Amino acid sequence: MRLSFLSDLNAERAARRAVVLVTDIASGEQRLVLEAKIGSDPLAEDLQDRLRQGKSGLIERGDRQYFLTIQTPPVRVIVIGAVHISQALAPMAQGLDFDITIIDPRTAFATPARFPDVPVLTEWPDAVLPTLGIDRYTALAVLTHDPKIDDPALAIALRSDCFYIGALGSRKTHERRVQRLTALGFTDTDMKRIQAPIGLDIGAVSPAEIAVSILAEIVAALRKERRRPA
Amino acid sequence: MLSTDTDVLKTAEAWRREGRGVAIATVVETWGSAPRPVGSHLVIDEETNFLGSVSGGCVEGAVITEALDVIADGKPRMLEFGIADETAWQVGLSCGGRIRVYVERVD
Repeated sequence: MRLSFLSDLNAERAARRAVVLVTDIASGEQRLVLEAKIGSDPLAEDLQDRLRQGKSGLIERGDRQYFLTIQTPPVRVIVIGAVHISQALAPMAQGLDFDITIIDPRTAFATPARFPDVPVLTEWPDAVLPTLGIDRYTALAVLTHDPKIDDPALAIALRSDCFYIGALGSRKTHERRVQRLTALGFTDTDMKRIQAPIGLDIGAVSPAEIAVSILAEIVAALRKERRRPA
Repeated sequence: MLSTDTDVLKTAEAWRREGRGVAIATVVETWGSAPRPVGSHLVIDEETNFLGSVSGGCVEGAVITEALDVIADGKPRMLEFGIADETAWQVGLSCGGRIRVYVERVD
């Protein structure tokens, strides 16, 4: 592999753009296809198909065998609320190789001291989320309990194609949340996208346990095609 | 820190820029219960430093040995590993799976 391909692969990943490396297995010849150029590649259909699945793999076309290295943007987890659970969740998410960003407009919560080595944005979600480019590799968890902060974030998430939306709060809290969001024009289908109460039911009690249950639910959403039927 | 496939490719780039001879091994095909999915990488340098995995530990030793030849002559190679007693390889996958690994030099 040319060093320039390797360096482009890494740069595209950092820029959250997909890229495909096509290797002709017999000759070792390679080309790097940027997301924006996939349509004009001779193997466009295969590339698009593989990219949708996010799966690298071998294909045979004519008498040639190609290996497609599919690189999708890293999974990003955006957490609304610089709360106790988020403090436990952030390092775990980094251990899973998820890009984590914490958003909380409350300056007392969103301090670097509480979140070492984690990007924390002291902003209102409706101001900052549109600048982050929420895509289908993004998960969003709202954890403040405060409708003023959580609801605008949920509204933006529901209008995006993010792969996971979770909201902290009891069933009653969520019922009221559903009423508010419905009043804003969101549908039942939209409401079904919100995991609430957030997290897999593992009986989590402590902030760290709740963080595990949330991240497990995010992994389950990410890998849903691989899961065994219940 | 756990090494992920992101780190592996970043490390490959960094090592090469330091002037080291570097090879990347990639799982290109699996059959049965293979320990690491297609697309998993292992990066190796000429002094057998390595990062990542193609099998979770079963065949890395053999891949690293082959990688040294790839670094030396620049020719990519396709390696295949199955269960130990069914292949010519000294090593195998105890889980009973089979994998093909493509090893190439970073030029």
